[in-house]
Amino acid sequence: MSDDNGHTLTAKDFRTDQEVRWCPGCGDYAILAAMQSFMPELGIARENTVFVSGIGCAARFPYYMNTYGMHSIHGRAPAIATGLATTRPDLSVWVVTGDGDALSIGGNHLIHALRRNINFKILLFNNRIYGLTKGQYSPTSELGKVTKSTPMGSLDWPFNPISLAIGAEATFVGRAIDTDKKGMTEVLRAAAEHRGSAFVEIFQNCPIFNDDAFEFVRDDKEGVNRIALHHGEPITWGADGEKALRQLPDGTIEVCAASEDGVLVHDSSHTEPSLAFALSRVTQGTHGGTPVGVFRNVERAVYDDLMAEQLRVAEKKRGKGDLAKLLHSGETWVVS
Amino acid sequence: MGIKPVEQLSQVIVRFAGDSGDGMQLTGSQFTSEAALLGNDISTLPDFPAEIRAPAGSLPGVSGFQLHFADHDILTPGDAPNVLVAMNPAALKTNLADLPKGGTLIVDADAFTDRNLQKAGYAQSPLEDGSLDEYQLHPVPLTTLTVGALKDVEGVTPREAERSKNMFSLGLMSWLYGRSIDPTIAFLEEKFAAKRPEIYQANVKALQAGYAFGETTESFAVTYEVKPAKLTPGRYRNITGNQALSLGLVASSRLSGLPLFLGAYPITPASSILEELADYKEFGVRTFQAEDEIAAAGAAVGAAFGGALAITTSAGPGVVLKAETVGLAIMLELPLVICDIQRAGPSTGMPTKPEQGDLLMVLYGRNSESPVPVVAARSPSDCFDAAIEACRIALKYRTPVYLLSDAYLANGSEPWLLPELETLPDLTPTFATEPNAGDEFLPYLRDEQTLARPWAVPGTPGLEHRIGGLEKADRTGNISYDPDNHDLMTRLRAQKVAGIASDIPELEVDDPDGDAKVLVLGWGGTYGPVAAAARRVRERGKPVAHAHLRHLNPLPRNTGDVLRRYEKVLVPEMNLGQLLQLVRAQFLVDAAGYNQVRGVPLRAAELADAIEALVDSE
Repeated sequence: MSDDNGHTLTAKDFRTDQEVRWCPGCGDYAILAAMQSFMPELGIARENTVFVSGIGCAARFPYYMNTYGMHSIHGRAPAIATGLATTRPDLSVWVVTGDGDALSIGGNHLIHALRRNINFKILLFNNRIYGLTKGQYSPTSELGKVTKSTPMGSLDWPFNPISLAIGAEATFVGRAIDTDKKGMTEVLRAAAEHRGSAFVEIFQNCPIFNDDAFEFVRDDKEGVNRIALHHGEPITWGADGEKALRQLPDGTIEVCAASEDGVLVHDSSHTEPSLAFALSRVTQGTHGGTPVGVFRNVERAVYDDLMAEQLRVAEKKRGKGDLAKLLHSGETWVVS
Repeated sequence: MGIKPVEQLSQVIVRFAGDSGDGMQLTGSQFTSEAALLGNDISTLPDFPAEIRAPAGSLPGVSGFQLHFADHDILTPGDAPNVLVAMNPAALKTNLADLPKGGTLIVDADAFTDRNLQKAGYAQSPLEDGSLDEYQLHPVPLTTLTVGALKDVEGVTPREAERSKNMFSLGLMSWLYGRSIDPTIAFLEEKFAAKRPEIYQANVKALQAGYAFGETTESFAVTYEVKPAKLTPGRYRNITGNQALSLGLVASSRLSGLPLFLGAYPITPASSILEELADYKEFGVRTFQAEDEIAAAGAAVGAAFGGALAITTSAGPGVVLKAETVGLAIMLELPLVICDIQRAGPSTGMPTKPEQGDLLMVLYGRNSESPVPVVAARSPSDCFDAAIEACRIALKYRTPVYLLSDAYLANGSEPWLLPELETLPDLTPTFATEPNAGDEFLPYLRDEQTLARPWAVPGTPGLEHRIGGLEKADRTGNISYDPDNHDLMTRLRAQKVAGIASDIPELEVDDPDGDAKVLVLGWGGTYGPVAAAARRVRERGKPVAHAHLRHLNPLPRNTGDVLRRYEKVLVPEMNLGQLLQLVRAQFLVDAAGYNQVRGVPLRAAELADAIEALVDSE
């Protein structure tokens, strides 16, 4: 597909001359490759694309994308990207973050960006560990996690990033797996098409400090653990598609046989977030399967558009700002 | 009636004091308008509690507004009032100490009830126990007279009638000082006539009744006249510091051709800048009320990356949270103006009270070697020019710049000689549009003169680049851990800021006869009191020089020469000696400090005595 300038871009165009410095085997390589392959599909010129990151292993991402980019400060990428997106609605803005960056030090910025529905995409690389600081537990690490900073096990109950995003009024929430290029591309495509904040959690393996954290879905060739969510389709999975999800009257979700009545049909566009939230509670530990794909995808007024609209209305009502008139407003008097 | 003798005065200082809900700020600002329109020079000092509505009649709930108006140019709102209008016992109690013996005291006699006296801690009424004998006391039943005057106004509740007593007092004061109440009537009309016609009527009637009361009562034997001041010819308006600062930012947006983006989180005394700018949307101004101070600054950096004129505003407790982002902006070398409307601290401190305690914080309160230019406004109207200067430096040198104001400048007001637009500087930045090294674009290849790096905004084809908080390699901007490179970049960042000294005016010294041996060196918001004190000392026949810093980093290039020219240097500050420490360290000058941190502007009279003592000690 050709971009804004009529150029046909390929994955190669999005590579930079910088040496990629993640550890061998890091899931970030797969995400970067998938992203570079996917970007040409958007047809957006490289100069109109910006990647903004915070701090952490994932935050190196902008250095490897041949677009505009900023590697900023810990947790603040959503705030920085907010200023960029609201002043430059012509740009395609992507935030790359990690579980520590987005959910710990930057938690406040994440939830407020999502509720405002700023027009940018947030990719959260979740490896359930602090990698760059060499192996302390993160806000998504499981309870009791033994790390360098928690020799007797962590005491914190972890965040479920999907539940958190839905609770923060996000209009688009999805999940992908680093090694699943096809699935990830599908979610990224839907996120890119979504106008407003799109939040995508990407399960990412850290081979050094938390290897195999997602092995149950990462290396799931038979599809026994991945529950692929497709809008408008019954939610089934298993080696032969024999398992399914069903919603109980109290809203919770249980596993049933695909042949049974009442199999849940996925509706990511439902106005109410209850179904998406209920699905976010389906986990390997509780249900023996892990949903991936788009949980929620609804339309809501976008902050940047609303702000631009207010500027238009003000100018229409009062005329284009006249500085001389503004300075002379209020009561004035002349000294001769 | 109306033929009472008129006494000429060259200046008057009036203070209105009452409950937070009594409308003292409105009364004061309207009296200010009347004085300004008459052509007096004016200077005002609102003084209000942080509590929005402390319990009625209580001491913490007292709100005040001081106005100094004169027939000559004045520099401060005045140390002590000549006239105190106290609307209740609490207002009397908290303000009486400032009123010199013999001063005029007008009180609402109706408010001196047992309950109110008790709340203010008076065992017996000061109106009756002779404790006010040394003042010219005028107990006026303001409430009764106001309610009486409004008995025929339909649709006004007794409570609303009572609340109009501030307009009655304004009418009385307007009569006493020969001011027309027409501007206030016009103001009330605009504010209430359409929405609440009965309230408009009530206020106007109360205002007129107060004026008429002055004419008829025997309590006041004379009226006073303060003639217009001889000010520089031109068109004026009365302006507060925060208004002027906001206008300066909008003007900078126009002068640079860049859209203005403000990231802010509400905080006293900076919030009114956010509110003011939020109302200038037709100028393309985007205001973003962020989730916190950090996000406010962060969003501004994002906007700067995109090519906007990026501003963040706050006060000390918020500025301290922005330090991390300022560090990033230093590393990114992007323009950003951080406005610190200083208030008394540390921590929450005294939110509505001024201080100059943040100087060393904005200069040094960041990790590592992280130089930032600092500009400080000297008076309410000067906030306009200071804002433009801060934007100029930020845009030209691609650097964060701190703009310092304070709670006194923010809320205080003075006449502002409106500038001619063509006299304002052109701030248009040059964006990078093409590769700067053959076919390559090097984001950290500097301008030889300014050492500023190119500003290439997203959307510019061929200049895609990545920047970040990690140390940059010289020229390319790539990540670098090279020891020599870090040493070079650290020095380059310092040189860039230091080099601004060649692009700012030299420090001017006010030494009318050129024979002073003592220099008073001030900075920022103390300009009024310091200049007024120097004037007083000279009036006593003693020479003194005064210099006032607008640029705190870098300092004007002749600062050292100026300091060494005098035998003694006194540095008055509303902190415990922050500029003092700088000049002593940097210039090895044995300067002395004059320091007060009382949460109120320096008093010119006290400072004059201190200066005189130093002059005499030679």
